[in-house]
Amino acid sequence: MTSPELGSTLAPAKKRPKAGIIAMVVVLVAAFGWLMMGNLDKNVVFFLTPNELLAKGTEAIDVPVRLGGQVKAGTVTWDEKALDLRFDVVDTDGKGTIHVQSKGAPPQMFRDGMGVVCEGRFGADSVFQSTMLIIKHSNEYRAPKAGEKPQEMYKSLMKGSGS
Amino acid sequence: MTRLLAVDALWFGLIVSVVGGIVAPVMIARGKRLGQWVTIAQAAVYANFAVVTVATLAMMWALARHDFSISYVAQVGSRATPLFYTIISLWGALEGSILFWAWVLALYSAAVVYTNRNRPGLLVPYASAVLLLIALFFHILLVGPANPLHLVSPIPLDGPGPNPLLQNHILMAVHPPLLYLGYVGMSVPFAFAAGAMLAGEVASDDWIRLTRRWTMLAWALLTAAVIAGMWWSYEVLGWGGYWAWDPVENASFIPWLTATAFLHSVIVQERRQMLKLWNVNLVVGTFVLTLLGTFLTRSGIISSVHAFTQGTIGFYFLAFIAVVLIGSLVMVAGNSEKFRSQGQLDAALSRETVFLLNNLLLTVLCFTVLIGTLFPLIAEAVRGVKVSVGEPFFNRMTLPVMVSLLFLMGIGPALPWKHGNMNDLKKKMIPGAIVAVLLASIVIAFGSRSLYAVLAFAFAGFAATMNVQEFVIGARARQSAHRESFGTALVRLVKGNRRRYGGYVAHIGIIVSAFGIAASSAFRSEGEATLKPGETLTVGTVTARLKEVWGREEPQRSVIGATVELVRDGTVYATLSPRMNFYPTSQTPIPTPDVRSTPFGDTYMNLMAFQPDGSNATVKVILEPLVPWIWIGGGIICLGALLSAWPMKRVA
Repeated sequence: MTSPELGSTLAPAKKRPKAGIIAMVVVLVAAFGWLMMGNLDKNVVFFLTPNELLAKGTEAIDVPVRLGGQVKAGTVTWDEKALDLRFDVVDTDGKGTIHVQSKGAPPQMFRDGMGVVCEGRFGADSVFQSTMLIIKHSNEYRAPKAGEKPQEMYKSLMKGSGS
Repeated sequence: MTRLLAVDALWFGLIVSVVGGIVAPVMIARGKRLGQWVTIAQAAVYANFAVVTVATLAMMWALARHDFSISYVAQVGSRATPLFYTIISLWGALEGSILFWAWVLALYSAAVVYTNRNRPGLLVPYASAVLLLIALFFHILLVGPANPLHLVSPIPLDGPGPNPLLQNHILMAVHPPLLYLGYVGMSVPFAFAAGAMLAGEVASDDWIRLTRRWTMLAWALLTAAVIAGMWWSYEVLGWGGYWAWDPVENASFIPWLTATAFLHSVIVQERRQMLKLWNVNLVVGTFVLTLLGTFLTRSGIISSVHAFTQGTIGFYFLAFIAVVLIGSLVMVAGNSEKFRSQGQLDAALSRETVFLLNNLLLTVLCFTVLIGTLFPLIAEAVRGVKVSVGEPFFNRMTLPVMVSLLFLMGIGPALPWKHGNMNDLKKKMIPGAIVAVLLASIVIAFGSRSLYAVLAFAFAGFAATMNVQEFVIGARARQSAHRESFGTALVRLVKGNRRRYGGYVAHIGIIVSAFGIAASSAFRSEGEATLKPGETLTVGTVTARLKEVWGREEPQRSVIGATVELVRDGTVYATLSPRMNFYPTSQTPIPTPDVRSTPFGDTYMNLMAFQPDGSNATVKVILEPLVPWIWIGGGIICLGALLSAWPMKRVA
């Protein structure tokens, strides 16, 4: 697009640059559309439950997935020094166990039976490596049960501070 | 009492909108008692503003008085919430935010009519009718699916309070109003475009000049809103980022892109009488995209952290979008003869070309983000699968376009209209190119191997130099022509052409923000550790030492915090207190990170977990260079936009 002779004369360049620009736009748009579809294909993250993930078999290995399910009771282990969190996720029907490994501290209210979404990849070793852990909670208001209120759970902390 | 006052006010507003938005334009079009109906249309705008103001104030009063007989107050109010957050919960949930929207629209409409009250012709009467038609849509929502004024019986003694995320930070008082002002402000250019088409005045430059200034105002507010939203996300969500290509973020960004395109292409129309049809499309498109954004975020159709509200309101929005699109299409088709370009592109190397490329890239960017945002909906509807579009898609698709735009931002101001000269351009580009090479080498020396990081720094440096250079060249020329000092020459230069130099200031603001974004993405470092009191965590140059874990009761929440000292050579130079706020309405605590900002960057600290007895706490430390410059850049952008659009007499 940098032809110096165009700037040198007064001759009104008629249709030529306009047609050129339209052609350029068409080519660019086409290329971009092609790129976009290709990239969408590669970067779509499927939202799957444990059963759906297992049903996919080898197809689901090492592709980005959002795994949604419940934390299976009694499976949570947390190594606070190594920041290594492990737990199992199951479907709402209690089936389709998937082992999840996550780096970093569990969310403060993390507990058995809670709904979670793990973003990550299912490895060939049948362990789901989670890079992001989100607690799924309903927007509906639910009064905390006895013993669930923070002022009860963290009583000693509340007392220990004058500030 | 309060409820009845607000209900009556809103019904009156609905009637007034019908009279001013439907009856008046029909009578004006038929030409009967023209003057009388023009006056009625104007009066309707003022009346609507008055009654919606009454309704909004009544709602704020009800919120402040904890009048739980009103459904909206019962939904978001709580006796324990501080008064300030109680009042701003006006925009904390769906119904209140629609009321606030209607008020902002009424305010804009009244301002448009007032500033043009002595203007002859039918452009403004038609435009105010269009604004009242939009107001009518919101009035229908307010008496229909988004009615905030249902009577609650029996009257509850207390309410749950606003969404915890919305009462956790002061920016919630800033970001939503700015967003509404920006979003709703895009109705004004649309109304002018529609008014011009209805009045048959679309060929005159008048409406374009009027529109440009209002678009600039709305654009500045939308820019500020997007950046305040980034800041809010950074300060509240606890992940140390400010942009995640979340549907709600995209919803505010997409119309910003088309509005930005319009602000540039409108200059081409004014100077060269080109792109008339394109500009009308951009104006209509921007307005429709604000409606689409509201539909996406307010209908709950896309699950997202921001989708606080759900309801049947989505169908109303879809129907309204359809009405606007069909109406606009008919108006554009009816005026097609008048959109002919009188000018043409003279040379490939000219400022027009750069404007065209800018518009092309912004449109491509808009389209990409739009497709990425809508794709999960399409996939679910067509293939029945639940998917989300990952960040890599957005980054891979948008980064090349964004760095190209940075480059063009440097080239555009250096090129003349009509015919550019390659040799002149090359000469002008030398300082910018030197800065670009210098910055690129610094970035590589600091260890970045990302192509886009290097290009972003290089092109941002280039564009910054080129834009600053325009001021220097202009001031130098004045200096020698008028024998003024450099300072005086600079001030007079800017005063003499505020539109142009305001634009360059806005460019510099964007570049400053771009530096902040590039540096904080390319050179971010983080670490996380579980610490007992006295233990330390070192990330890069920062060493953090846990002092204690503490808790306290506040009326509306419980707070657990960690006191963490930043130490260097054995002395404490700063103390941070990341916290978790427990609200009774939320099953999970709201992270409340603490940030230490310096011009060089931020030390961002978040409390991830703690032992109930306080024996240890897990903290995350994130170092992000230059982050504060993102917010500062936002301020500079607004300054530039105001400089450019502020209505003052020109000083020669």
